Amino acid sequence: MQTPSNYSRRILRPAHPWFIALSLFIALLLNMLSTGQWLFMPDWVMLTLCFWNMREGRTMKMRSSFFLGLVMDVANGAALGQHALAYVLVGYTAGSISRRMFWFSLTRQTLLMLPLFLSVTALQIFIRLMAGETFPGWGLFISPVITALLWPPASLLLLLPQYQPEERDENRPIL
Amino acid sequence: MVEGSAAPPLFRRGPTPLAILGFYIMLSASLFVLDMRFGALEFLRQGISVVSDPLQYAAQTPMRLAVEGHAYLRALEEAEDEIERLKTDKLAIAPELNRLQHLESENAELREILALNQRETISGQAANVLRAARDPFVRRVYVDKGLKDGITAGQPVIDEKGVVGQITRAFLLSSELTLLTDKNLAVPVQIQRTGQRSVAFGLGNGQMELRYMPTSADIVVGDILHTSGLDDVYPAGFQVAEVTLVTGDSSNAFAHIIAEPLASAESRSVVMILNVKKSLPLEEEADNPDSR
Repeated sequence: MQTPSNYSRRILRPAHPWFIALSLFIALLLNMLSTGQWLFMPDWVMLTLCFWNMREGRTMKMRSSFFLGLVMDVANGAALGQHALAYVLVGYTAGSISRRMFWFSLTRQTLLMLPLFLSVTALQIFIRLMAGETFPGWGLFISPVITALLWPPASLLLLLPQYQPEERDENRPIL
Repeated sequence: MVEGSAAPPLFRRGPTPLAILGFYIMLSASLFVLDMRFGALEFLRQGISVVSDPLQYAAQTPMRLAVEGHAYLRALEEAEDEIERLKTDKLAIAPELNRLQHLESENAELREILALNQRETISGQAANVLRAARDPFVRRVYVDKGLKDGITAGQPVIDEKGVVGQITRAFLLSSELTLLTDKNLAVPVQIQRTGQRSVAFGLGNGQMELRYMPTSADIVVGDILHTSGLDDVYPAGFQVAEVTLVTGDSSNAFAHIIAEPLASAESRSVVMILNVKKSLPLEEEADNPDSR
């Protein structure tokens, strides 16, 4: 039996709204790097949005996913609404499966994130093909795989600030 | 309360997540149709680009500085040689240039005699290619001249080898340049050797295709295509592409002709955005100057 990741002796502090905003901003900048036509680049914003919607479903609003998607659409020169739709769907799905996901280890979570990222990417490709574009190559399907593989490191990194105790107390250690 | 209705909620929680999701799906779908089908959301794109352009610039700054710093150091070493070479080159072409000026004036006189249209002199402004579009479905790059420099959608773009493409969207500080090889771009061309006119379509994979040419057409591998100037977008006489493949079988009425563009802007480079004096548009087309 593997240890579920929500079973822990650690007590998590609530995520600071500014930390959520900062991480999303950094993900947006990473997505805007001039990686040109490298099809396999992971979608950092999708990864971060997915994480926060799962961990902090109450604070995350669907409109933030939507507007981040619109900014990505304009920055990429893609069709307006393409990333917005993808991010809203990922955010909603992540929020609705969160209670089940935390019973799994990070490895299993990764395996379960993969179909979500794959299907959202497939949806984006489908939309563009419907609009009459040519299929640019199978490399597009490597991107969601890499995004899913980044799930464990991203989870650990984004949880770090929540692990810091407010004041260190030798009698009541928060590990 | 009326029977059959749900019990009144204890806390006001607004619409359910599923309802909000439905709303956003509908909103994205309508945005998508309005944008791709009707191109009606340029104002929204302009607005968002005011935020996203500086962000992109900031995100790409470290990489750009590294590349430029390296290039600068190397360029310093090469500059000396280059200057020497250019000096000798300049001397070498001086007689040619004199002859060209002479020929140009002679040509102008002859054209006047023949009552032909004068070829207008073409001016333009140089622009740096900032980045390639990240969207893998299109062949576009962004250049650092925009509305504030007087760039408008529809202007043709060339480099030293030939036509690069066309400006398809102008933002405040940058503009979007669709390359010849984009699937949505077509250029009216003329085969340099025979003078036959055709239209070259982008294929989306870095190549162009001449469609609707009969199998009997006189075209061979190595033929150079240049703009014919028939569309009033690209001025006549700029080189476009070189034919790399001609296949035709009798079962098909049209030959399969592939051409490779001569200019390439996908790598970082400098391009020239031409200011073309537009002739009066036809009444039908006056509403739709966009080539899409």
